[in-house]
Amino acid sequence: MIECRNISKIYCNGDNETAALSGATFSVRDGEFVAIMGPSGSGKSTLMNILGLLDLPTGGTYLLDGKDVSHLSEDELANVRIQKIGFVFQSFNLLPRTSVLRNVTLPLVYGGVPRSDRQAKAEDALRAVEFPEERWEHLSNQLSGGQMQRVAIARALVNNPSLVFADEPTGNLDTKTGVLVMKAFRRLNREKGHTIILITHEAEIARYADRIITIRDGEIVSDMPNREVRND
Amino acid sequence: MLFSDIILETSIALLANKVRSGLTMLGIVIGIGSVIAMIAVGQGAQKSVEDRIQSIGSNLLMIRPGFARSPGQTVSQGQGSSTSLTLEDAQAIESDVSFLSAVAPSVSGNYQVVSGGSNTRTSVTGTLPSYVTVRNIELESGSFFTDAHDTRRSKVAVIGPDVRDELFPDETDVAGKKIRINGIDFTVLGLTVSKGSSGMDSADDVVYVPLSTAAQYLTGSDALSMISVTVSDQSIMDQASADITELLLARHDIVDEDSADFRIMNQSDIVETASSVTETFTLLLGAVAGISLLVGGIGIMNMMLTTVTERTREIGLRKAIGAKRRDISRQFLSESVALTFLGGVVGVVLGWGAAALLTRFGGVATSVSGISVVLAFGVSAVIGIIFGYYPARRAARLNPIEALRYE
Ligand SMILES: Nc1ncnc2c1ncn2[C@@H]1O[C@H](COP(=O)(O)OP(=O)(O)O)[C@@H](O)[C@H]1O
Ligand SMILES: [Mg+2]
Repeated sequence: MIECRNISKIYCNGDNETAALSGATFSVRDGEFVAIMGPSGSGKSTLMNILGLLDLPTGGTYLLDGKDVSHLSEDELANVRIQKIGFVFQSFNLLPRTSVLRNVTLPLVYGGVPRSDRQAKAEDALRAVEFPEERWEHLSNQLSGGQMQRVAIARALVNNPSLVFADEPTGNLDTKTGVLVMKAFRRLNREKGHTIILITHEAEIARYADRIITIRDGEIVSDMPNREVRND
Repeated sequence: MLFSDIILETSIALLANKVRSGLTMLGIVIGIGSVIAMIAVGQGAQKSVEDRIQSIGSNLLMIRPGFARSPGQTVSQGQGSSTSLTLEDAQAIESDVSFLSAVAPSVSGNYQVVSGGSNTRTSVTGTLPSYVTVRNIELESGSFFTDAHDTRRSKVAVIGPDVRDELFPDETDVAGKKIRINGIDFTVLGLTVSKGSSGMDSADDVVYVPLSTAAQYLTGSDALSMISVTVSDQSIMDQASADITELLLARHDIVDEDSADFRIMNQSDIVETASSVTETFTLLLGAVAGISLLVGGIGIMNMMLTTVTERTREIGLRKAIGAKRRDISRQFLSESVALTFLGGVVGVVLGWGAAALLTRFGGVATSVSGISVVLAFGVSAVIGIIFGYYPARRAARLNPIEALRYE
């Protein structure tokens, strides 16, 4: 459960200040599939970083599962991320020269999960994104873009987070592969009940979500349910 | 993060760029290797000096004739040229000074020694059987001469291994052989054990004959070149030295100690001087090698800083999926420690090998001590921590968002 009240973010780079977010207020219930849509530079990534506890807002209150997280230290934020949050990035961000399985296992390593439990969890996550088993031992840099993004999604799911953030997950993929990835998100939301917050600048991609929040110049300009969810 | 995870991550990271890891490690290898080799050379020198001095005999006082000066005479006749020490002085020391375990008067000179077709010029020492105790002489074969030989002025001799090599190259049993010293026939009684020699004053290139034989047939005088005295305990060396000085001054009718016609040298003074010189030598060699180790350490730091910059995005990702500062800094620290530790292992092996080669082919005495090996490992690990600390800290403090945005 996410609750944002009047959240703002101002970046200071020496003298010039950039207001990337100004007064965003909304909430997301558990199990929702939300798309945050807006043109490039509108503040989508900034919002995701704050919601995903990678960054703190400069103003307003952010409650995650009813708890104010604006005063946590860097390491405390990391602990909450391990327990509740998974990330999928536009550029996949897999560790090169490292096997698929090891990449997926990595959050468990930092989460202090005992070695004996890791393998099963990583395998479950890879099966959930339908990643072919014969490639589990391949090195990440030997995969295609679509395969890399599946591995990245599996990595985001491996600690069974309640919240999954995806920042332009189809941005580096061709349309066909992008559709497959979006379908994977859909299924995870429907079948496993993960809350998914999807960030995109493409209306076509946003249509996979149940609710679309539109943001422009750091402000929310519309927030409405998606009446025509794509089901192809 | 488990220890085994850190090991795994470290090996993946180091193997990812083998050439760079190898070259960086080479700096440490050379540093540690030269520290080990240099200290081995220094300690080898120290050990051989100490061994040699110990082999002359411990608790030893050596009394030599000094500058014989009669009142008004200002020109010195030079050391050893005086006739100030006599056998009677030696006997007086033996009977009047307490806590001495042995007293050995001796006279030496260089003579031509001939046997059959071979000949050599060597040092001939005329002395008494007590010399064996005082100077720790051991016999390889045969026996030393006795007091009876001295009383009878027998023409017998004991030879050192170098003389044996010159005169009887292929024989082990030299007892009964004839040699001519200064044109006079002597019968060889025995052969001494080699003490190893370096420098000019070799204990191996020597012939021992009875004192009175030497006085009659070789030197033609009663003057001694030296009286060697062994004191029964190290702690009373100074006392014994003072007692002997007092006795000899009285016997020679000298009032002022400054104009004494003899000099007493204390074995422990010689050892101390020699070892302080070799210690300085070791320290100097170690310091030179230490500088190359420092350069190696800076190489590590340089590589780690480059690595941190190159892997900024990776660090950002690790943080995003839950790595804490501690996890990141440990990972980078363990990379630098792994480099220095492996470099240390290889360096110790190479340094050890270099020391062995120096001894084998360069004739340089070396001694690799366990302490210097342990120290080398410790130092290399510490260098890894010191020079890895700053890059690791820099990595750990990266802001995850900035790191993920880094191009
Ligand atoms: N770390 C930062 N420092 C300074 N300005 C930033 C930083 N991150 C983003 N911005 C600025 O904030 C605005 C919103 O950026 P962002 O959230 O990345 O937008 P989007 O993801 O919608 O493209 C942009 O003007 C961008 O230049
Ligand atoms: Mg963005």
